[in-house]
Amino acid sequence: MDFSGFLLMRDEISLVALILILLLYDLFAPAKARKAFQPVACLLFVVQIAITLLPTAADHAFGGMYVNTPVASVVKTLMSAGTLLVFLFSKKWLEEKHEIAQGEFYFLTLSTLLGMYFMVSSGHFLMFYLGIELASIPLACLVAFSKKDIFSAEAGAKFILNASFASGVSLFGMSLLYGGTGTLYFSDMPIALTGTPLQIAGMILFATGLFFKMSLIPYHSWTADVYQGAPTQVSAYLSVVSKTAAAVTLFTIFFKVFGVMAESWKPVLYIIIILSITIANVFAIRQKNIKRFLAYSSISQAGYIVLGVMAASPQGLTGVVYYMMVYMFANIAAFGVAALVERQCGNTEISSYNGLYKTNPWLSVLMMFALFSLAGIPPFAGFFSKFFIFASAVQQGYYILVLIALLNTIISLYYYLLIVRAMFITPNDNPLPNFRSDNYSRIAMVVCFFGIVLSGIVSFFYNKFDEMAKESMEICELAMPKATDGTANGIATAAFDGQTAEAASGDASAATATTAMNATAPWPSTQE
Amino acid sequence: MEYTLWILILPLLGFLSLGLLGTRLKGKSAGYIGTALLGLTALLSYFTAWQYFSMDRVDGIRQALTPVNWTWMRFTEFLHIDLGILLDPISVMMLVVISTVSLMVHIYSLGYMDGEKGFQRYYAFLGLFTFSMCGLVVATNIFQMYIFWELVGVSSYLLIGFYYTKPEAVSASKKAFIVTRFADMFFLMGILLLSYFTKTFDFGLLCDPANQSIFASAAGKTFLGGAVLSWATALIFIGAAGKSAMFPLHIWLPDAMEGPTPVSALIHAATMVVAGVYLVARLFPVYFFFTPEVLHGIAYVAAFTALYAAIVACVQTDIKRVLAFSTISQIGFMLVALGVSSMGTVEANGLESHEGLGYMASMFHLFTHAMFKALLFLGAGAIIHTVHSNEMSRMGGLRKQMPITHITFLVACLAIAGIPPFSGFFSKDEILTATFMFKPWLGVVMTFIAALTAFYMFRLYYNIFWGKPAQHEHPLHEAPKNMTGPLVFLALVTVVAGFIPFGKFVSSTGAAYIIHLDMKVAITSVVIALISILIAWKLYCKGTSTVPAKMAGFFGPLYTAAKHRFYIDEVYQFITHKIIFRCVSQPLAWFDRHIIDGILNGIGWITCRGSLAFRWMQTGQLQSYALLIILGALILLCISLFC
Repeated sequence: MDFSGFLLMRDEISLVALILILLLYDLFAPAKARKAFQPVACLLFVVQIAITLLPTAADHAFGGMYVNTPVASVVKTLMSAGTLLVFLFSKKWLEEKHEIAQGEFYFLTLSTLLGMYFMVSSGHFLMFYLGIELASIPLACLVAFSKKDIFSAEAGAKFILNASFASGVSLFGMSLLYGGTGTLYFSDMPIALTGTPLQIAGMILFATGLFFKMSLIPYHSWTADVYQGAPTQVSAYLSVVSKTAAAVTLFTIFFKVFGVMAESWKPVLYIIIILSITIANVFAIRQKNIKRFLAYSSISQAGYIVLGVMAASPQGLTGVVYYMMVYMFANIAAFGVAALVERQCGNTEISSYNGLYKTNPWLSVLMMFALFSLAGIPPFAGFFSKFFIFASAVQQGYYILVLIALLNTIISLYYYLLIVRAMFITPNDNPLPNFRSDNYSRIAMVVCFFGIVLSGIVSFFYNKFDEMAKESMEICELAMPKATDGTANGIATAAFDGQTAEAASGDASAATATTAMNATAPWPSTQE
Repeated sequence: MEYTLWILILPLLGFLSLGLLGTRLKGKSAGYIGTALLGLTALLSYFTAWQYFSMDRVDGIRQALTPVNWTWMRFTEFLHIDLGILLDPISVMMLVVISTVSLMVHIYSLGYMDGEKGFQRYYAFLGLFTFSMCGLVVATNIFQMYIFWELVGVSSYLLIGFYYTKPEAVSASKKAFIVTRFADMFFLMGILLLSYFTKTFDFGLLCDPANQSIFASAAGKTFLGGAVLSWATALIFIGAAGKSAMFPLHIWLPDAMEGPTPVSALIHAATMVVAGVYLVARLFPVYFFFTPEVLHGIAYVAAFTALYAAIVACVQTDIKRVLAFSTISQIGFMLVALGVSSMGTVEANGLESHEGLGYMASMFHLFTHAMFKALLFLGAGAIIHTVHSNEMSRMGGLRKQMPITHITFLVACLAIAGIPPFSGFFSKDEILTATFMFKPWLGVVMTFIAALTAFYMFRLYYNIFWGKPAQHEHPLHEAPKNMTGPLVFLALVTVVAGFIPFGKFVSSTGAAYIIHLDMKVAITSVVIALISILIAWKLYCKGTSTVPAKMAGFFGPLYTAAKHRFYIDEVYQFITHKIIFRCVSQPLAWFDRHIIDGILNGIGWITCRGSLAFRWMQTGQLQSYALLIILGALILLCISLFC
């Protein structure tokens, strides 16, 4: 038996091992040792992140069910890093409120993370579905983690019902796709896609699941309620890690599988982007609650991310991954500060931030940096991430779309500055007294701080992602026509692209057809 | 030679540590930390220079090195912004100049700034400045240079406005920043224009004579009657003129003297103000091969500036202002030399031909001028420190109380006047020779300016150290050792620097250039300088002569005009306040307040209304959420099917 497939899945296997170790530790460790559960868990998690950092071969396993690309690998590292930051922010909260359930929190969170790993690395629709379900169901438990809090319970119910509804629609879409093409492999499907209404319907309905995860409008309605009701740490996780997985998967599937039908999905994304950015901005302006506010802000951020998907180019992919990293630091910092303030004052109203700068200057500065980064003010990282993602869209000629996005950044600046104003300017006779946060949160805040300040100016990250994205795109194109039947492939190619058929007609062997097709990347924009 | 990165890191470290630790540092410790770091920087620079200049030439030509280079922002395959370190003769020479003067100023300030409020802040800013200036000279590409160019401007702004409680200092710092920033706008336009056609920012590609095809796309394109390349290089020169205080953008430099005197020595005499000269020298091949007319234009602008500033310097009474105008005039000399220069050719014997004289002379003068002008400023600082005034009338007869300052100041005056064997004689003589080679009449003008230079410098010297002593409430004393030390060191450098075979290190092609004195020019200039000194001695040595007053009366209008710097500041005031403010700004302000704000308020109002209008979407009801999802999916489906 060939075990190389398992070696390729090193990231997933190490994560499963981590989950199992933590589960056993939680179950069987004596009470004394359980006190050290969280530090141990975080340390082990750091080891796991280190494993994901090791270079991997770009290859596929299990007959193409599982695909590993450099970008998938770096996205996994990013998601793990984001999760670790969330854990650091959660430590004190878990100790205070959920002494007994500490293990559960880690177990559930890491399980959803595993699901996201599979989403990012899937090469087959069912594999993808498995991943997205694994990433959703434990997440509902996390949302309802504070069982005794009615809002948390309500949010959990809302989340699971909405999520199952969305994934039901998505599954229906997949069945239509299967009916229309006869395959569920990412690599086989493009050849069979011809743009029939059935296939288009399948595609749009399928995408519901991803749009839901990214909480794009009109699939966003759960977001504000769930973010508000869920424990703040879980909201941070939902808004960052879960979105990262969905955004990257959206890019790979739309580029790799539905690339041939770009003319059908581009108008849809166009509308979704405009709606998400604009309506979410409009909503965010009126929010009085910091968590709802951040929920709407994250919807509009998701809209910006889809701009990179729209570009459907290596720059777009780089832009998406880079944006996610920058967004991760800023958003986790914002939610982290919100969690700390919430623990101190017991509510999540924006008015509690009035005059925060006087009593907690460092916390306010971090929050300000995070909000500036989200708004895209130079020299913070958010400026560069927006710049690159806009640039990638402009390169593809979406001038009006980028203009609308730019106008929206101005609106967003207004509401981000409202918080800054509350902290720095609004006078308050009775501001939140000065408090010391625990050391774990402090570490996370320092990491976020440097992430916000440095990840933009230091070009290392962007250049690294750029290399990886280029490499991954090449892999996408190489892996695309996975020939099962030489003639069928040849015919499909002929139907697909006249030029290639000419090149292939001399020698009808599958191999030639395949290489010829790779040479002229089957991408509509290059044909026109 | 990757260690050269530390030349940048150490001053930055100084800035960050002193800036962040700030007031927690006790007493003078901030000064000692800053000075120690700068000492290391200077040692590294000297080591770099030694290593670089002792390297073998390739085909008789010094090679440029880039020990460090990172791609910072990549736009296309060719157009990317790098951050790196470029070592070539001029950048290494500049590193030596900057670190030497900066180190001297750091040591000197230990005494000069002792007990000032904001001592730590002062040293932090000095670190920032040194970092930016070093980054500017080692830039591998024009965009990196622009970044550091702005950083230099910021640190200059911060240091001029160091005494921020003094209204004059604040307005001077604003003036300096706005004027140079205004010029930098043209610089940026020039950079963009140049890079648009050449598709690169890289100096190595721009200045390589073998790689001239990159300019091909600009050939034949014109804008408003001028070739686009000429526009680009002219715009870049405007940026250079702003920093180097060329007429009519010089107005900020005299006011910049409101900053602490050591700062004037470092920034406004030795290093930052020559950044413009450095920029032109850096792009010299581009200027020479593609836009010679711009290069000649630079020469005329610079010559005019030199003349103007020299005349104004003759009648100023504030010693720092005299030095400031003298600086403007001397920078004019450097740019004239560049402007009249040609690109040398490497001859059969491996030496550079005579055409490249101007380039070499310009860099040589930059080097010697940095040393003796820093010395003059530091000497002036020592005097001001004792006398507590900038006015010449408050001084006089100081040679007895301040012997060390007196001797070193005299050395610097002799150097700038061009008396052998002091360094200024050699470099200025080369400049005059180069100018005579270009156009004899320009040579005559420059010789006249040299004579004026000798006159106003010795007018200053005699007024300070001879003449009638003024009354003082407290006894005058020589400056402390940490101030006289740098003076003595710089004086020694000024004495010996002329004998450096400078052409062997720096020349237009990188091949060795052998300096020979042109006896005709040398003797004329020395004789004229001596005559000027004699006149100054006659007029000002005793302090009792009535001739100066009579002369002022005789020249009447010219004297008054020169005293008011030919009313250039008033012209600026008129243009900005009367014309721009009234005719452009006020209508625009009205438009902004009523039309733009109206539109924006309208948008804001619509947004708020819209936000109310969308509230129905957020009911909190699960059923409606599910309905929204399915309706949304169906609508999107229709769009993708029918669009």
